[in-house]
Amino acid sequence: MSVVADVRSIVSRRELLLNLTVRELRGKYKGTVLGWGWSLLNPLATTIIFTLVFGFVLRVPPPTGVDGLSNYALFLLCALLPWNFLSAIMTGGMGSLVANANLIKKTAFPRQLLVISVATAGIVTFAIEMSVLLVVFLFFGVNSLFFIPALIPLLLLLALYGLGLGLLLSVVNVYFRDASHFVGIFMQIWFYATPIIYPRELVDRVIVDNPWVSTYQLDTLYALNPMVSFAEAFRDLLYHQRLPEANQMIYLVAVTAATLLLGMLAFNRWQGRLAEEL
Amino acid sequence: MSDAAIEVVDLSKRFRIYHERNQSIKIALMRGRRASFEEFWALRDVSFEISTGSTFGLIGPNGSGKSTLLKCLAQILVPDSGRVVAHGSMSALLELGAGFHPELSGRDNVYLNGSILGLSRREIDRRFDEIVGFAGLEHFIDTPVKNYSSGMYVRLGFSVAINVEPEILLVDEVLAVGDEEFQTKCMDKFRQFKADGRTVVLVSHALGALRQMCDQVALLDHGQLQIVGDPAEVLDAYVGAVHSEHTGAIPGQNRWGSGEVLIDKVEVLVGGRGVDAPATGDDVTLRLHWSTSAPVAEVVFGVIFHTLDGKPISGPNTMDEGFVIDCRGRSGTVDLQLDRLLLVAGEYDLALAAYDTTITHAYDHHHNAFRLRMRAGGPGDRHGVVTFAPRWDAVPAPKPYKRWLPAGQRP
Repeated sequence: MSVVADVRSIVSRRELLLNLTVRELRGKYKGTVLGWGWSLLNPLATTIIFTLVFGFVLRVPPPTGVDGLSNYALFLLCALLPWNFLSAIMTGGMGSLVANANLIKKTAFPRQLLVISVATAGIVTFAIEMSVLLVVFLFFGVNSLFFIPALIPLLLLLALYGLGLGLLLSVVNVYFRDASHFVGIFMQIWFYATPIIYPRELVDRVIVDNPWVSTYQLDTLYALNPMVSFAEAFRDLLYHQRLPEANQMIYLVAVTAATLLLGMLAFNRWQGRLAEEL
Repeated sequence: MSDAAIEVVDLSKRFRIYHERNQSIKIALMRGRRASFEEFWALRDVSFEISTGSTFGLIGPNGSGKSTLLKCLAQILVPDSGRVVAHGSMSALLELGAGFHPELSGRDNVYLNGSILGLSRREIDRRFDEIVGFAGLEHFIDTPVKNYSSGMYVRLGFSVAINVEPEILLVDEVLAVGDEEFQTKCMDKFRQFKADGRTVVLVSHALGALRQMCDQVALLDHGQLQIVGDPAEVLDAYVGAVHSEHTGAIPGQNRWGSGEVLIDKVEVLVGGRGVDAPATGDDVTLRLHWSTSAPVAEVVFGVIFHTLDGKPISGPNTMDEGFVIDCRGRSGTVDLQLDRLLLVAGEYDLALAAYDTTITHAYDHHHNAFRLRMRAGGPGDRHGVVTFAPRWDAVPAPKPYKRWLPAGQRP
């Protein structure tokens, strides 16, 4: 099967993947004074802004977490960082083929590596951000370190989900350059359709208060959004210090497997003419 | 194992030419398809083999499909039908420094580029000094490549690509890189490649270089393989084909023209006697024997001298000297007098031509009709193409050095 052959060729070129990842990471902040500081400053700035606007002005109530923890900034970060991670893999992966057109037109190597290297670089950045977040939690008297073994598979699952979308969108973007603009709008909608700046309980209350939401199955649609489950799972582990619900995890594994397979098949189907179309 | 390094079997590649390239979903939806395009075959049923250890040249006019073929060999393009089977590791030099990241240092880029070409980190470690030394960039290797000059950039790219030491190397028109010194190094490296029994496939318009380097040459035209064979033969056919629009009554790829006047023979005379190889500085007469199949009142005769790698040296013709030849008779001769022929020792290809007075219509144009061999007339007649017949003077007066003076003039 072509997917198996793909995976094999990717594994055999893991040195190249490593180098592309390093290129991705080093190239990103090269030439800036703060360098890697930016990878932490960006989420920090977003957190401050959102906390001021949504936590302070609009008074979105953070749920009570472990040991009576109630802190909007921490609550926000638990879902914001995974969201940024997914967004980086998706949009970065989508643009990776067009950005490396020269490489594709002049050299031969498994093209998937360009998208995958965006994901692996994203994992590194995300891992650093999460480590900092764990330290911040410690600062607030919450020790989540023993949840790390559960966090790692969840992180990888999210990475694979983003990779599947990235693979699919990367080839689509070569043939339809409009795709990147569509995705830009879609990401905004998706951001607010995911409980990042608000707790899911608020949505549940909306559903109860407005019966028409259930009539049109909008609540089901909301629940089907994989990022809802991802955000909840990260919050469960960090903010509530409990394991995510099993059926939620099964759903995520299934969605990720399907997305990744779809992405790989689509990539495989359309990658033949990349060197001509770019 | 087969003797062939690369087998190409019925290879076809189709390209799309978009008439109105709209990569937008809106328009695609409105039309029900993406955009209107025409297809054309960049390669059509191309089959050949390249034997292991040989140097193989690809030639053809622009747009003949050479680069497409090379990209198919390199597995950058996926053929529409047919296949390419390569036995051995392959590295393609299609563009030097493709994949360099401008912000990263030369060192990082060597590792990145090396791994794109399929080297492991350890292999690059082992060759790193050689790569940097070859490019001559020891002092700049930790500088970001965005600060490199274009020459440095290209040298590093070439150095990485060639030090990958693949079993098969594909090269597209990138030989003209860097300064004289670097070029010499590159040629040495190619020779070494060949000596090591590696296979090289070259696409080039530098016919001279191809003639020297290749064991076999393939000629492509409009995506179809015309001939594969001995470089001299194929290159001559190519030079002939370039002029094929003139093809008239005379068949053959090296000779064309309408055939009213034919140049049958050329004689080399020195002092009225036929010689095999005149010496540099001799007064040489080239006697062209012509015959006619129809009378022509005004014919321009010409001889074009080429080096063996195809560079023209000189092309005297009768009209430039104010003459046309009356060819209303059945046959005759035209003499080209070359007082003190200053071509140095070596061989030269002569093209013979008979044209009308507009020099656009060929009666007979015979490319590489004759190979002229020259002997050295003196010790200085071995360098370059022509000698300037130099005379030296100096203050104080130069001292004669007996070894080099002709016998009669020795003190």
